[in-house]
Amino acid sequence: MHHQDIALEVVLDIYTRVLRIRRFEEEVGRLFRQGQLPGFVHLYIGEEAVAAGVCAALTDDDTIISTHRGHGHVIAKGGDLNRMMAELFGKATGYCKGKGGSMHIADFDIGMLGAIGIVGGGMPIAVGAGLSAWYTDSDRVSVCFFGDGAANEGSFHESLNLASTLRLPVIFVCENNQYGEFTPALQAMNISDIADRGAGYGIPGLVADGTDALEMYRVAKAAVTRARDGGGPTLIEAKTHRRGSHAEGEEAFLGGQTYRSDEEMAAARTKDPLLLLHSYVSENDILPAAQLETLDAEITQSVAEAVDAARDSPAPEIESLFEDLWV
Amino acid sequence: MPRKTYVAAIQEALAEEMRRDERVFLIGEDVRIGVFPSTRGLHAEFGDRRVIDTPISELAVAGAGIGAAVTGLRPIVDLMFGTFLYLAFDQIANQAGAMRYMYGGQTKVPLVFMVQSGAGSSAGHHHSQAVHQFFMNMPQIKVILPSTPYDGKGLLKSAIRDDNPVIFLHSLSLGGKRGEVPSDEYLLPIGVADVKRSGSDVTICAVGPTVYTALEAAEKLATEGLEAEVIDLRSLSPWDKRTVLESVAKTGRFVAVDESFPTCSAASEWAATVAEEAFPDLKAPVQRVTNADVPMPFSPVLEKAVLPSAADVVAAVHRTLT
Ligand SMILES: Cc1ncc(C[n+]2csc(CCOP(=O)(O)OP(=O)(O)O)c2C)c(N)n1
Ligand SMILES: [Mg+2]
Repeated sequence: MHHQDIALEVVLDIYTRVLRIRRFEEEVGRLFRQGQLPGFVHLYIGEEAVAAGVCAALTDDDTIISTHRGHGHVIAKGGDLNRMMAELFGKATGYCKGKGGSMHIADFDIGMLGAIGIVGGGMPIAVGAGLSAWYTDSDRVSVCFFGDGAANEGSFHESLNLASTLRLPVIFVCENNQYGEFTPALQAMNISDIADRGAGYGIPGLVADGTDALEMYRVAKAAVTRARDGGGPTLIEAKTHRRGSHAEGEEAFLGGQTYRSDEEMAAARTKDPLLLLHSYVSENDILPAAQLETLDAEITQSVAEAVDAARDSPAPEIESLFEDLWV
Repeated sequence: MPRKTYVAAIQEALAEEMRRDERVFLIGEDVRIGVFPSTRGLHAEFGDRRVIDTPISELAVAGAGIGAAVTGLRPIVDLMFGTFLYLAFDQIANQAGAMRYMYGGQTKVPLVFMVQSGAGSSAGHHHSQAVHQFFMNMPQIKVILPSTPYDGKGLLKSAIRDDNPVIFLHSLSLGGKRGEVPSDEYLLPIGVADVKRSGSDVTICAVGPTVYTALEAAEKLATEGLEAEVIDLRSLSPWDKRTVLESVAKTGRFVAVDESFPTCSAASEWAATVAEEAFPDLKAPVQRVTNADVPMPFSPVLEKAVLPSAADVVAAVHRTLT
């Protein structure tokens, strides 16, 4: 990795975001295996570089929209671990008061407009966030994260075209982890680069190494600048890997069936975004090893505290069912 | 008689119909590996041509099913969760249901849309809605929501042989439920209810998972000396009015139990029909027990509170007594 042009404090900031996501997700996986979390959980391990790099290129005003695999996006945008964890437990102190859960975390105060459990459901809304930035002459940009699988939904095509024709400040970030559930991306489309689809709508389509957080930052930064300058949307395809299951508990519900080879999994492990960034940070003496360990310990501690706080939090009152309604 | 799970019964129905008729095939996302065990093993037996994995493109897949149906095949389109039918709404509402009529009887659309419907897995609003009521509202689309393995198998086989579009909903919360399923082939007619418990004091009408809610309520009512008749409609469109009206003629009291958002729910339709056609028989106003009128919340305590409970049904029955 050659990223000497990226300021050291930015590198450290991105590293911190990656690490926070990793430690949070590892703990969520453990909690799920222990049967402590209700519902479905889709972890972001292996893909942290995408959210961390892109969100580091954004201001607090810029907005993002996320997917069913959304924890990483919330954390990268600056989300609060306590309120996230409480939401995963379905507690009243969670971001959505326990009404949303893993697939629906939002934090409108930091421009996180929501995780969406419907594949492809976020892209049109991201276009709308871009529309309102244009309408109000704001220099806000709108980012939409979505998967390779989502690029086969009609909403992807309609959204790219709409954003393009209206020349809106929208950045479409496709996280190509090479699978939609258990179907290989290359079986679900006859092109190898989703980025090529940008051309069909007259917008730039870029391929980036989604395991390299600093490259993601650089590519996103350029797209953000272009969007703020009125240049319109960009499609960024981040090539990455999902380290674990599509959804936690997958081995059990697939009844022993597999869909990825051991070699493929081993190859993915060599492209671990945290390890890659850790080597870069160490080799370039960005922070002494001891301080890196302290940072890790602090993050691990804050995740543990989030779990304790979530456990100690009250379940929602039944009356809260009828709050946040128009009647 | 062998006891099987609900999902196993559905899997058997698919396999039997595919063996019987070459024109029957299954298409959908991850149907080969089987996101739900109901389609598992079919690819091994029937191969690539008849068990087709698709990209995540509900609208196109639903429409492809329609196109294949009007050109001589009998597709089963698996769209996974009920809420994903919303992405295919145009093809279902504007095309599938209308084509036979709109084109003056030139064509038929023998097609099954198969999805999981309803709550119970604490997955939040996007994965926990019951959707049957939307499709009941559309002319010429059949809607089925069986509650037992036996009903599931017999009705799915009939749906596959039907010449009209059928939405076959199976309930996520009932997937592991076991029941007797005969080894010999059988079919169950669409549009015929099953009286799951007979009684003379009140008629409780339910479908899918709420059948068990109604039966639980009936047990409680029995301890108070009230005998409830529990009708499992099994089919929502067309639905078995006659069985319901005959029961109300006997009991004079009617409670509709339905896992739907309340407005224009299935329960609304049943209740309106009873009020309209059985008014002289009624000793009390009809009652509806549905979901609370809110989006589906994630937290298990809230999800449970939204859904119709046996206590809600008992309370509704009590209201018919005052
Ligand atoms: C409209 C819709 N169809 C299907 C699903 C079921 N589903 C959930 S995640 C998923 C795979 C999505 O793949 P991709 O977009 O590549 O995201 P990834 O899970 O790989 O992050 C599918 C099919 C859904 N949630 N919504
Ligand atoms: Mg994917």
